Amino acid sequence: MSFRAFIPVLAFAALVVLLSLGLREDPSRLPSPFIGKPAPRLDLPTLADPSKRITNADFAGKTVLVNVWATWCVSCRDEHRFLLELAKSKTIPIYGINWRDTSAEAKNWLQQLGNPYTEIGEDQDGRAGIDWGVYGAPESFLIGSNGKVLHKQIGPLDQQNWERDFVPLIESQEPGT
Amino acid sequence: MRRALVIAAVLLLTGTARAIDTGLEFDDPKLQARYEHIIDQVRCLKCQNTTIRDSNAFLAADLRREIRRMIEEGKTDDEIYDFLVERYGEFALYKPRARGKTLVLWLAPGILLLGGAVILVGVLRRRMALPIDGDDGEREGRS
Repeated sequence: MSFRAFIPVLAFAALVVLLSLGLREDPSRLPSPFIGKPAPRLDLPTLADPSKRITNADFAGKTVLVNVWATWCVSCRDEHRFLLELAKSKTIPIYGINWRDTSAEAKNWLQQLGNPYTEIGEDQDGRAGIDWGVYGAPESFLIGSNGKVLHKQIGPLDQQNWERDFVPLIESQEPGT
Repeated sequence: MRRALVIAAVLLLTGTARAIDTGLEFDDPKLQARYEHIIDQVRCLKCQNTTIRDSNAFLAADLRREIRRMIEEGKTDDEIYDFLVERYGEFALYKPRARGKTLVLWLAPGILLLGGAVILVGVLRRRMALPIDGDDGEREGRS
């Protein structure tokens, strides 16, 4: 038997490997087109005082986490515990985008569960959500001190994905290292 | 009777299709047609296998509203698709555009077809080069 006879078998095996790798990927987690690009525009009234606004200028020159959440989002409740711990550790300021929610419910949630956010912008009509490419809360963006998006987490943050995906990037941002 | 049933069924179906998109229609039927064409091309990212026309997820409603706004502002179809791809990636479009990374999707069938043709011609040429009475010759040689 010549080697040529095995070509179809090899091709089939290669296809099986390719497709089984594809099956492992979670199709609900889409890669963000913003990675490595400047953070999208942010300009929202703050939850605490709607006469004030939160904009990109608020976190210019800083490494920050931008977290998209809503009170109707079940897994945001799970994530909230981790965000509180993260805020306590003072690793990084957390800015919130309260997506498609009402002020009353958002305030109630923070009162009951605690507030890990440095500042929260209210995106009641989902306009900012679209600008940030948000399609399902919770989503979190790591913004570097140069204003670029370093990483995006779709789904709740926890100790594991924080240490794996965020910590190395944050450390690489620190000045003098 | 049968015709009446068919008409009733069709009307029922269109009724539900209309109900999802509760926005106002454009006064200009041309703009309305463009709008309807675009919302058939855009994936609802939340419920990935439906278009934003067919989805009642609020993300789909938000995207329809933005597309309506952009059409009113006089944006071209390409500008609207760019807006979506910039934010959600090429995956947002059901029919990927032939540029950049997605070019390979459009060219691959042609390349495969061409490759197949080249192999086929190669095999046929080799066969034609064989003596037609090759089998007989072999048998004769053996005996």
